[in-house]
Order: sequence, then C-alpha cells, then structure tokens
Amino acid sequence: MERPFAITLEVGSSLANKTGTWRTERAVYIDRMPPCNDACPAREDVQRWLYEAEEGGAGYERAWRRIVADNPFPAVMGRVCYHPCETACNRGELDQAVGINSVERFLGDVAIEHGWELPAAAADTGKRVLVVGAGPSGLAAAYFLRRHGHAVTIREAGPMSGGMMRFGIPRYRLPREVLEAEVARILDLGVELELDRKVTDVEAAMGEGFDAAFLAVGAQIGKRAYVPAGTAAHVIDAVSMLRGLEAGDEPLLGRRVAVYGGGDTAMDAARTAKRLGAADAVVVYRRTREQMPAHDVELEEAEEEGVMMRWLSTVRRADEGRLVLERMELDETGFPQPTGELEELEADALVLALGQECDLSLVEGVAGIEVDDGVVGVGPNMMTGHAGIFAGGDMVPAERSVTVAIGHGRRAADNVDAWLRGAAAPATPERELAGFETLNTWYYADAPRTRRPRLDAVRRQSNFEEVVQGHDASTALFEARRCLSCGNCFSCDNCYGVCPDNAVVKLGRPGERYEIDYDYCKGCGICVAECPSGAIQMVPEEI
Amino acid sequence: MAEQPVKHYQVGTFVIGNRLLDPDQRSVQARMERSNTLTSGHRACRGCGEALGARYALDAAMRATGGSVIAANATGCLEVFSTPFPESSWQLPWIHSLFGNAPAVAAGMAAAMKAKGREEVRVVGQAGDGGTVDIGLACLSGMFERNDDVLFICYDNEGYMNTGVQRSGATPPAARTANTKPVGSEPGNAFGQGKSVPLIAMAHEIPYVATATVAELRDLEAKVERAMELRGARYIHAFVPCPLGWGSASEDTIKLARLAKETGLFPVFAAEGGEVTAVSKIRRRTPVVEYLRPQRRFAHLFRPEENREVIDRIQAGADRNIARFGLIDGEGSGDV
Ligand SMILES: Cc1cc2nc3c(=O)[nH]c(=O)nc-3n(C[C@H](O)[C@H](O)[C@H](O)COP(=O)(O)OP(=O)(O)OC[C@H]3O[C@@H](n4cnc5c(N)ncnc54)[C@H](O)[C@@H]3O)c2cc1C
Ligand SMILES: Cc1ncc(C[n+]2csc(CCOP(=O)(O)OP(=O)(O)O)c2C)c(N)n1
Ligand code: SF4
Ligand code: SF4
Ligand SMILES: [Mg+2]
Repeated sequence: MERPFAITLEVGSSLANKTGTWRTERAVYIDRMPPCNDACPAREDVQRWLYEAEEGGAGYERAWRRIVADNPFPAVMGRVCYHPCETACNRGELDQAVGINSVERFLGDVAIEHGWELPAAAADTGKRVLVVGAGPSGLAAAYFLRRHGHAVTIREAGPMSGGMMRFGIPRYRLPREVLEAEVARILDLGVELELDRKVTDVEAAMGEGFDAAFLAVGAQIGKRAYVPAGTAAHVIDAVSMLRGLEAGDEPLLGRRVAVYGGGDTAMDAARTAKRLGAADAVVVYRRTREQMPAHDVELEEAEEEGVMMRWLSTVRRADEGRLVLERMELDETGFPQPTGELEELEADALVLALGQECDLSLVEGVAGIEVDDGVVGVGPNMMTGHAGIFAGGDMVPAERSVTVAIGHGRRAADNVDAWLRGAAAPATPERELAGFETLNTWYYADAPRTRRPRLDAVRRQSNFEEVVQGHDASTALFEARRCLSCGNCFSCDNCYGVCPDNAVVKLGRPGERYEIDYDYCKGCGICVAECPSGAIQMVPEEI
Repeated sequence: MAEQPVKHYQVGTFVIGNRLLDPDQRSVQARMERSNTLTSGHRACRGCGEALGARYALDAAMRATGGSVIAANATGCLEVFSTPFPESSWQLPWIHSLFGNAPAVAAGMAAAMKAKGREEVRVVGQAGDGGTVDIGLACLSGMFERNDDVLFICYDNEGYMNTGVQRSGATPPAARTANTKPVGSEPGNAFGQGKSVPLIAMAHEIPYVATATVAELRDLEAKVERAMELRGARYIHAFVPCPLGWGSASEDTIKLARLAKETGLFPVFAAEGGEVTAVSKIRRRTPVVEYLRPQRRFAHLFRPEENREVIDRIQAGADRNIARFGLIDGEGSGDV
C-alpha cells in the first residue's frame, strides 16, 4: 500500500498493546458480608433489601420479597425486633446507624396494605411434619416447610396463634391486626393449624403419621421468687397478667403497682399497669441502670410514660397495700449485696417479672432428648438428640427474642427438609466481613438519621394505641438511602470511571454490574481504593 | 458548577454514576457511550493521574460539542505514552509538534478552522506543567492575549516526568526531584516565589479560567462543559498526581488529588473575565502532613525525624490559600 512520505508502518490503535501483562495483582469484584446481615438472627439479607428499597416505587415490592425470602414477618419485625443489625451497622461509625428496623416496618405495612402474598408452596413431597406451638418459631418453621413442599400441621395449646407475640408483647407495641395479617399469610400457604390442642407426648403425636417434628413451645411459666407475703397481699406474675389481659380478663391491680425485675417484660408490665389506670407504676430492680437487661428504648419509652425506677432494691416482704424493700450495694465485682437498710413502698399489687421457664413435659422420657438448665439441647442443625425431632425458639439455649425464634424456625425447616431427603444439611458460604475499614466514606453524603414519631406521652398513659408510628414514604426512602451498601456493589460507576486504562467494562443491562478487562488492567488498584462500598479487592497474580 | 439539586442522599453526586439519578444527570464518565478519547493500551504508568485526567477532560469536551473536537499536544508523558509510532491511543483528531509550542499550534488550528468556515470544530491544546508553566508560557500568553478560540488544558503533575522527574516551575517546595536532591540546609526543591498560571491567565482577563483535580470528576466535567459554551481563550489547570514521580502508591492517585484540595494546597476555583466566580469549599479539612506523608518525594521531611519547620512552612502556604480563596466559610477574605 502507498504510504505518505517517511511513513514506514501502517498506523494502528494502541488496543493492540495488551498492558494487562504488566500486572502483579488483579482487581476482583467480591460480595463481602455486610455487618447488618451478619448480625441478623433471622439472616435477612438487609443490605440487599435496602438496595431494592432505595429505588422507591416498584423497588418496595422487590425489597419486601427479599425480606420474606428469609423472614415472613417484616411488619412484626419492624415493631418488636431488637434490631442487632443497627447495633452492627457501619454507618454508626460515620454518623448514626441506618434505621433498618423502621424501613422494614414501612415495607411490612405497605405489603399488608397492598395484600402482597408470600411465595407459593412447593410441589407436594408427600412428607408430613408436626409443628408444636404457634409462636414465631413454629410459624416460621411452618412457612419454610411449606416452601419445601412438606405438609405441615401446627398443634397449639392456646386458643389463638402467635405465642408471646400475642400473649406477651402488649398491643401498644404490636397491634393485633398487624400480627394477624402476617400470620394469615402463612396459614394461607396451606398450613393446618389446630388450636386448643396441647401436645403432652411428642412420640405419641408423631405416631399419628408424621415424618418429623419441630418443637417450639416457648417459655410460658413466669418464674416465682420466694417473697414472704401476707395473706391479703396481691402478688401475680407478669406473663400471667399480660396473658390474662389478652384473653379478655383485665387484671385488677389497683392504683399503685410495683413490678419486680429489670427485663423487657418488667417494662411491658409496668407500662401496661399504667394503661390499666395505675397512678404509680414503680419498677424495683436490684442492680443499676447499666446492668439492666431491658433494652434502652423500652426503658426510655417507659420513663416517658411516667414509669418510675427504684434501682438497687429488692423486695423483702409483701403485705396488703405495702412492700418492704431492702437497699442493695454493688460489691467490687459488680454484684448486688444487701445492706440491711429497709424502706417501705406503698403498692396495691406486686407483679413479678423475673423471667420465664419452659414446660417440657411433652418430651419427658423421650429417648435421646437432653434437658439442661431447663432447656432442650440441639445441634447446629436444630435437631435434638432424638432423630427426627427438632426444636427451637425459647425452649432451646439461646437469646430469647422473636427474631432468634424465627431464625431457628428457618434453620430447623431447612434441616428437616435435608433430613427427610437424606441429603446433607444446606451450607451457607462463608463471606469475609465488610468492616468499616473496607469502605471509602468520602463518597457518602452527610445524612443524619430520621426518627420515627412517637405517640404523645399523655395519650399513651390511658390507651393501648401503638406508641411508635411508622415512617411515611419519603422518610423511609431517605432512611433506606442512608445505607452504605457495605461490601456489595451498588452500581455507583466509580470503578468504571476511575480506571486510567478503561479496563472496567460496564455491562449495563439492568441488575448487571461490571467486569474487569484483564487484557488492559495494569493492577493499579485505584478502583479498589475508590470503591465506596469495598466491593473490589486486589488479589496477587500467580507469576 | 457541578452541583445540581439532588434529593438522593446515599452518595449524592460524589460518585461517578449513582444509579438513582436520572440518566441525564449522570456524569459523562458514567456513560457506556463515552468517547474514551484516550483508549486502552496506552503505556502510562500504573495509576497515572495524567492519563485519567486527559480522558475525563476530553470525553467531556467531546460530549459538550457532539464529538467535534481536535487536539494539539505538547511533548511530555501524555504524548509519549499515547503515541509510540505507529500506535495511537487517541480516538479524536490529534497532532503533536514540540515541547514548547502547543498553544501556538492550537491557535493556528483554530485560525485554520475559521478560515475554512468550520468554526463548529473546536480546538483543545494540552500539555504537562513543564510544557505550560515553563517552556510553553510565552506561546500560551500570546494565545491568551490574542484571545484565540482555544481551550488550553494543563495537566499538572508538578514536574518533568517524561524525562525522568526533573523540577519544573510547578514543583512544590521541599519536593525531591532528580535535580532537587533532599540534601543540604534546604532539602528538596527550594521555597521560591511559586508560579500560578491560573492567576497569570486571569491577569489576561480571558473568558474562562478554572482549576480542577482528578478527584472531583463532576466538577472537572462541568468546567470543561462551561469552557465549551464560551468562545475565545480558555484555560483549565488540572491537578494530576504521578505515582512514579511522587513515589506514591498507584492506588493513591485519586486520594492524593483529593487531599491536595482538602488541605488547601491546591485551591479549586473558576473565574470568568478575570473575576473569581466559584470556589470549591473544603469539605473535610486536613493537615498537610496527611498529604505529604504518603509521597516518597517528601520522605526526607519525616526521616530521620519530622522536619517541623519545613512542614509548618508548607502548612502556612495551605492556610494562606484557604484565606485567600475563601476555601472555608468564615476564614479569610476570599478575595483572591
Ligand atoms: C412480655 C414479653 C415481651 C417480649 N417482647 C419482645 C420484644 O419486644 N421483642 C422480641 O424480639 N422478643 C420479645 N419477647 C420474647 C419473645 O416473645 C420470645 O422470645 C418468642 O416469642 C419466642 O418464640 P417461641 O416460638 O419460641 O415461643 P412462644 O412465642 O412462647 O410460642 C410458643 C407457643 O407454643 C404453645 N405451646 C406451649 N406448649 C405447648 C404444647 N405442649 N403443645 C402445644 N402448644 C404449646 C404456646 O401456647 C405458644 O403459643 C418478649 C417476651 C415477653 C414475655
Ligand atoms: C525543547 C525541548 N526541550 C526538552 C525536551 C525534553 N522533554 C520532553 S518532555 C519533557 C518534560 C515534560 O514535562 P511536562 O510538560 O511537565 O510533562 P509530563 O511528562 O510531566 O507530563 C522534556 C524536558 C524537548 N522535547 N524539547
Ligand atoms: S450501612 Fe447498610 S449495609 Fe452497611 S451495615 Fe448499615 S445497613 Fe448494613
Ligand atoms: S511518569 Fe507520571 S505522568 Fe508519566 S505516565 Fe507515569 S504516572 Fe503518568
Ligand atoms: Mg509534568
């Protein structure tokens, strides 16, 4: 070919020069484990559903579907979960944690409003599973078992479903129509629920043609501490009182009520007493505020409603209209020690909120089942020592919360399924934690957290209306968008932009991310350094 | 400016794309159809800020003009790493002449386009700091004074990098280069009077002058876009870290550019007709040590022990910029 004067070679593009050969390390996309997901007892994919919710509109339903893939109770969660996800949230180190729980509630409520349905049950496997107890753990297990295609029968001792979600947690925190809507959705998948049917012997019940059983009977019995009491003294336990109220017989407590204990149940009992007309509700606790097991919000809300606290005190004696308290003192190990100093407290009733115990008579004498410290031992697959009998929730050794109970139900269902099929238990892949140091926080806009409005304190004293209100759509959206998307790509295009070698390819189709073009990636690491969410890492090349 | 009202919190417009933004609010670099004026296969070092800055700026110019841009390039890394005969990384019409005459070549191209009645074809001239601040300054001043219809972009990596990291008029005080060794009573480059070509350009009262860094893409793009809206002589001075010449980690290129701005060492602003019209405020004020420490060209300020005196002098320079350009609200006059 004719070339211009002094030109000896054909011009070409530098694309012929594969600079990828310079590389000693390569950039690789990864999905790290966001701390929120890691902390969620029900293993919700929090980051992922927030990502969907951030879009608003049609994103809400996708977000909700992401939640119910792991937890069928978003609206309940958004009200009663103690949200360890927020405690773990990386944004807490930047300004304040993302209000994950409030967004979950918003999505849960939108779903109820729109009547969104849970994913359908799988094709029938011909297996039958017995679930004992219709609390959160049993209901969650039933849901996941139906999704595996097994027939499920729940036997429940009480007259209604929900367990402690109905007979413990007061309605000002969890309105019953919300609970009922989420339970109904599960039952609609074809779960058979038998009410007023206490199981007294599991093996006998299983003999009625069940292939496996999941026990979730909870901890129903209020612990009784020995308090010397006069014959006319009015002493009841908190769970009986709350259960009674729910069943329609309002407990008579009087004008001045003392609650003994420092947990969430104590707070609920005192706040309920206020609503039933008590002028004074005093919580008597033997340690200090710092040591109190009740969650901060619960104490805060109780104090706002006028509940009073008596720290470092024990109840020595209960008589009609009055209690004798003894002042305590912390010793150097932080343990409360009696001081001998006595004082009086006027009280018409003493409510004991000292924790709950399990009634495990249904497993008595069942071969292989181990009971230790009042709870049933299970393996990592939630199976008891008796093949085919699984257990979870409050009756097994673990933290007692609705979310933990749901997580157990899920894990048990997956393992029941594996066991019935004779397959190995499903493994969850280990993911490296997306710690705060993996983020490049420069890129996040400053955005302080939004607070959910609370019902006026005066109105809270006399009614059972819900205290914490929901977000409206715009604040929920704002809150969702505060998420940093820890460890997972959220399509910000930074890597695509910052590569000096155009070696990042944007795939561009919806939901697709990017790819590194290793023909040209020199391994400079800028994309890794500038990825806000820490979703890329450098890996040494094999040379 | 780059700022646009965006209700989305998360990342606002700090990142390049943001999937939550309307497509027309996204940056040029976020687009799959960006020109990639400087394409893959170029021989710039790993993590080169100049290669990145050039693509950012020229892609923005291409988009602003519907792809009607031609460029003149001075000698320097940008020319050498992009066009080893017979290969070229340029995906726009591009000419190279000499180290010192790029502004004059660009002015000639603009005159030629005018003579041909093709004034829709826009001309960009570009050079490193050596080609702009030092050897090209006379040609550049002539181009400004005649108000030639050229956007001239200086990619400032603070030294003659192409020939092995020698000092230029833009090399900062105390920096080690091949010919400013960290020895003697004033180790590294001497504290001179400095030479700010942006301020020199403003003194010509040309239509548009701006500074920018590779750490703030949207700002850089908006400035190129504004420059392309105007006719006559326009000047953009872009700060582009050089991992080789600065002895910095290749992944730190953008971080260092960000720190140069956040410390006040490199003020980011825009001026029209000789008057400052906008200043990028410092978002997270940072002491200069944070910027100096990761760069080996400043290593002698920290070893064997910290040279407080020199660091304080550098800090004083940054503080003076903060006051002079009003980089932090309420500190200093801001009247350059
Ligand atoms: C007052 C109170 C407030 C609480 N507040 C919160 C809160 O805000 N957030 C939170 O996360 N957790 C809270 N908890 C804890 C939480 O409610 C429990 O951890 C959770 O409900 C346990 O779920 P579960 O399914 O294991 O048991 P449960 O909810 O107790 O359900 C067990 C069910 O099994 C039934 N059952 C029992 N024995 C039999 C039998 N032999 N045969 C058939 N059925 C049987 C029971 O009637 C019951 O319906 C609270 C608890 C109380 C008491
Ligand atoms: C008249 C002349 N003198 C010296 C050179 C050698 N030379 C080529 S590029 C260069 C330095 C380039 O520095 P700069 O403009 O800052 O660009 P960089 O390589 O740093 O991007 C020098 C000295 C030359 N080409 N022409
Ligand atoms: S910022 Fe988002 S992804 Fe990160 S921990 Fe918080 S909620 Fe999870
Ligand atoms: S020496 Fe510096 S400016 Fe030149 S190619 Fe390397 S990093 Fe870029
Ligand atoms: Mg240079």
